[in-house]
Amino acid sequence: MRRAYFKNNWVAALMVAPQLLIVFTFFYFPTSQALYWAFTLEQPWGGGNTWVGFDNFTAILSDAYYWQSIWVSIVYAAGSTALAVIMALTLAIFADRQLAGYKLYRVGMIWPYAIAAPAVGLAFRFIFTPGAGMMMFVNQVFPDLWNPVDNGTQAMAMVIVAGAWKQVAYNFIFFLAGLQSIPRSLIEAGAMDGARVLRRMRDIQLPLLAPTFFFVLVINITDSFTDSFGIVDTMTAGGPSRATNLMVYKIFNDGFQGLDYSGAAAQSIILMILVIALTFVQFRYIERKVHYT
Amino acid sequence: MAHITIQNVRKSYAKTEVVHGVNLQVQSGEFVVILGPSGCGKSTLLRMIAGLESISAGEISIAGKVVNDLEPHERGCAMVFQNYALYPHMTVGDNIGYGLKVAGLPRAARVAKVAAVAASVGLTEFLDRRPGQLSGGQRQRVAMARAIVREPAVFLFDEPLSNLDAKLRVQMRHEIRRIHNQISATSVFVTHDQAEGMTLADRLVVMNKGVIEQVGTPEEIYHAPASVYVGGFIGSPAMNFMGGMVAPKQACVALENGSQIAIPAALAAAHAGRLVHIGLRPEALSLVPAGTGAFDATFDFVEELGPARLYHFRFEDVMIAVLSADKPPVQAGQPMGLKIAPEAVHLFAADTGKRLDAPALVQENVLA
Repeated sequence: MRRAYFKNNWVAALMVAPQLLIVFTFFYFPTSQALYWAFTLEQPWGGGNTWVGFDNFTAILSDAYYWQSIWVSIVYAAGSTALAVIMALTLAIFADRQLAGYKLYRVGMIWPYAIAAPAVGLAFRFIFTPGAGMMMFVNQVFPDLWNPVDNGTQAMAMVIVAGAWKQVAYNFIFFLAGLQSIPRSLIEAGAMDGARVLRRMRDIQLPLLAPTFFFVLVINITDSFTDSFGIVDTMTAGGPSRATNLMVYKIFNDGFQGLDYSGAAAQSIILMILVIALTFVQFRYIERKVHYT
Repeated sequence: MAHITIQNVRKSYAKTEVVHGVNLQVQSGEFVVILGPSGCGKSTLLRMIAGLESISAGEISIAGKVVNDLEPHERGCAMVFQNYALYPHMTVGDNIGYGLKVAGLPRAARVAKVAAVAASVGLTEFLDRRPGQLSGGQRQRVAMARAIVREPAVFLFDEPLSNLDAKLRVQMRHEIRRIHNQISATSVFVTHDQAEGMTLADRLVVMNKGVIEQVGTPEEIYHAPASVYVGGFIGSPAMNFMGGMVAPKQACVALENGSQIAIPAALAAAHAGRLVHIGLRPEALSLVPAGTGAFDATFDFVEELGPARLYHFRFEDVMIAVLSADKPPVQAGQPMGLKIAPEAVHLFAADTGKRLDAPALVQENVLA
């Protein structure tokens, strides 16, 4: 690999300074603040604080609502990741087979990723609202079949669909790139060996897609833990009865609505540790099984 | 056992036609090599036989059955790809046995068959490895084994040796010929390497720009190239060409500078006054003292090849190569006589580039 060397270290420092400044301001500074707050009792209106050690953590971990929030977060992560991966893979396979109009559709597929989460949430809120449109018709035919406002399972399903929809675009790009990097001659060899389309997909394309699959999985799970706030906030606000009260949303809710800064800070530290641990486990135990040379 | 009949086959991509009406008959059990430069349509033709490429026009039949609309695996062909196309996530054994697995052969029978084929190509101790852990030659063997295990009626090779080093290439060439003789499938082998073509083929098909230039045994093609193109393409070092006019009285071709190169009298009489290209094989020319040969040329430099030397001469504005075992007879820049037997001169029409003698020999292999 080529490297650039600077004779003058000041020039190098100047080059990286803007990026470092951004990372510091928006990551290291808030993280260290949260870490500090997690071990203190912070006054909602500012002013002094008291060192309380692990009290915040014990309070959270003995709170049933917090465990419930972890559970719904896991459901959301599993649901939205599975849905996003399956949908993206299906679409990528179609695009890879170059069905009619695939070029147009390939570009169109990428757009949802550029839409901000709250906008996605708002759009799906309209689509899934029981009081208008498609779902109102469903309710007319089967009275009270669909009502995510008081049915927690339906609310969760709705949030999962919206979250997955946004993530599909991202996954699609990686799956398509992964599929297209499989040498054509392998598919042809499969055809000569008598394998038909679906068989080739199962025996050749999908196994060779495993590294991409793994990467997408890590990104999706992490993303569903950390980046789901906008969707929940616009669609359900954590409800009904905390059925969609994901960990990120609970942090926001406890911190900025409940003004329990210390508790929220402790929760965000736990969330961070959880995401780091998840990523570590995935790399440690799954990644080694998926590489071929 | 299957013969292949290719009738008037064309291939076009969008508006560009790359194969312009090819006719070819491959006998059952025959080893046919399609030889041509890159982009001549030889691989496309092979892939049309395999079913990996649709046939734009014309008809291909295998064992008397038209296969135009059949899936690749329904054609009874097996193919060895240039880059081997081994499944990287499967072991060598699984690679070889994949076709059998797809065909639904029970595991025990499959394992036995794979083991037998692997033994025949010397892969027994590698069955549990992945392709990534094998050398180029071993991968090549896996690709061969994968094709053999299906007991194909037709064996297709798409430049299978071009990724190997020179020594291994010769070795695999022998192996391929041995396997062909053993399994008695009909083999079609595509290459741009004339040494592979000459040594492997029962019959050689020379292609250029989407058409077949000549079909014949390697011997026929070497000794009676049907066109300037084939003459120049086959033979290493390449044939020398010069322009001239047939002079029947002296039974020779008169070159522009007045030199005369003798040709058989009957041939001269048949083409009196015609503008021609003459082709002189470097190995058919011999060195004689200046003024005593067919023409004099200026010695330029010599290349040592080991068993012989390749002399380069200047003659008018062309370079003439002569293959000879003699020691360099003169200094660079001095003239030297070059001699050639009249029968060894290849005569091609200047306008069409086609060979002027022995049309029967050239034509009989091309199917109308």
